[in-house]
Amino acid sequence: MKSLMAEFYKGIFKENPILVLALGLCPTLAVSTSLQNALGMGLSATFVLICSNILISMFKRFIPSRVRIPSYIVIIATFVTIVELVMEAYLPSLYKQLGIFVPLIVVNCIILGRAEAFASRNGVFASFLDGLGMGIGFTFTLSMIGLIREVLGAGKIWGYPVSLDFVPVLVFALPPGALLVLGLMLAIKQAGDKK
Amino acid sequence: MTAKIFSLFVLNVFTANFILFRFLGMCPFIGVSRRKHPAFFMSLAVIFVMVFSSIITWALYNYILLPNGLEYMRTVSFILVIASAVQMIDMVMLKTMPALHRTLGIYLPLITTNCAVLGVTVLNIDMFVKDGKAISGGFLFSVLQGLFAGLGFMVAMMIMSGIRERLDVIDLPRPFRGIPIAFIVAALLSLSFMGFNGL
Repeated sequence: MKSLMAEFYKGIFKENPILVLALGLCPTLAVSTSLQNALGMGLSATFVLICSNILISMFKRFIPSRVRIPSYIVIIATFVTIVELVMEAYLPSLYKQLGIFVPLIVVNCIILGRAEAFASRNGVFASFLDGLGMGIGFTFTLSMIGLIREVLGAGKIWGYPVSLDFVPVLVFALPPGALLVLGLMLAIKQAGDKK
Repeated sequence: MTAKIFSLFVLNVFTANFILFRFLGMCPFIGVSRRKHPAFFMSLAVIFVMVFSSIITWALYNYILLPNGLEYMRTVSFILVIASAVQMIDMVMLKTMPALHRTLGIYLPLITTNCAVLGVTVLNIDMFVKDGKAISGGFLFSVLQGLFAGLGFMVAMMIMSGIRERLDVIDLPRPFRGIPIAFIVAALLSLSFMGFNGL
């Protein structure tokens, strides 16, 4: 039981997909302009990650190892299509905001990475916990970046103006701001590591 | 026509550079940009895959998916096309150009999960198919967009790998060594590429 909990926790801190493994960088940088977008992307990716982890760990005996990568990609793409259709129907404004990055969840390296490194070697329940932990780690880090950029770049939190007396720094809402915030976060994390 | 092609070139290579503005293909950009030589061959392979998959996915979408009302199969079918294109290039290269194949080796299969490739094919459909009908010259524009997006990828890769080769010999503060400084450099590059907006 203890080791199963470790599978869950490792994604959140010790093996955080963005800060430690440096995976899934494209969606991280592109959709973190606001907390809302970041959370939407994080939850969608978490859903796909959990579902594909479960399905791949179930079918791992039947997938021949030579065609495993294409098989994983098709499984992942199926769940991404589900997310795409559901989001377009029920959250059209979010779908418009995330735009091209919704279909691009397919090539989010976190998902294929976990399928290859974890789900193809472990049981269904462990894979579920791994997917959940990694998903939460991804969503949390993404939301942090989204929050920082929304406050600094637009002077808002969740679309509501912050009652602070300062002029928003536009560059944080633009692409360079994303790279800068993530670079500084990685540097802070690296400073905290043991020598 | 010529004006439109030129604006497509400026858009994809400079003002909306795939890496520095759209954030597509970030993983190889950080992962393979330590040295100039592999960065160059990686970009060449990416250009090739982008053009090739732009052609195939355009035909697939307009002649098979659209007439049959299968638009929702876009993501699944496009990624399969890209995966098989990469696999095919891998096999052809192994037979005909074994030396180049050895140089590229591990980078080739990684192109499948390079979001810039899927990104350009999806973008082609978003930009050049309006209300379920291809705009005139749409095919030419998508092929060129594939080419220009790849060129933009190459420009960013070459600048970045040139800078990172120099960074290796600089005495940086410990927290910034490795990946963090790469992001800061990319931020400055992205900032300077925004200067092209006036074009």
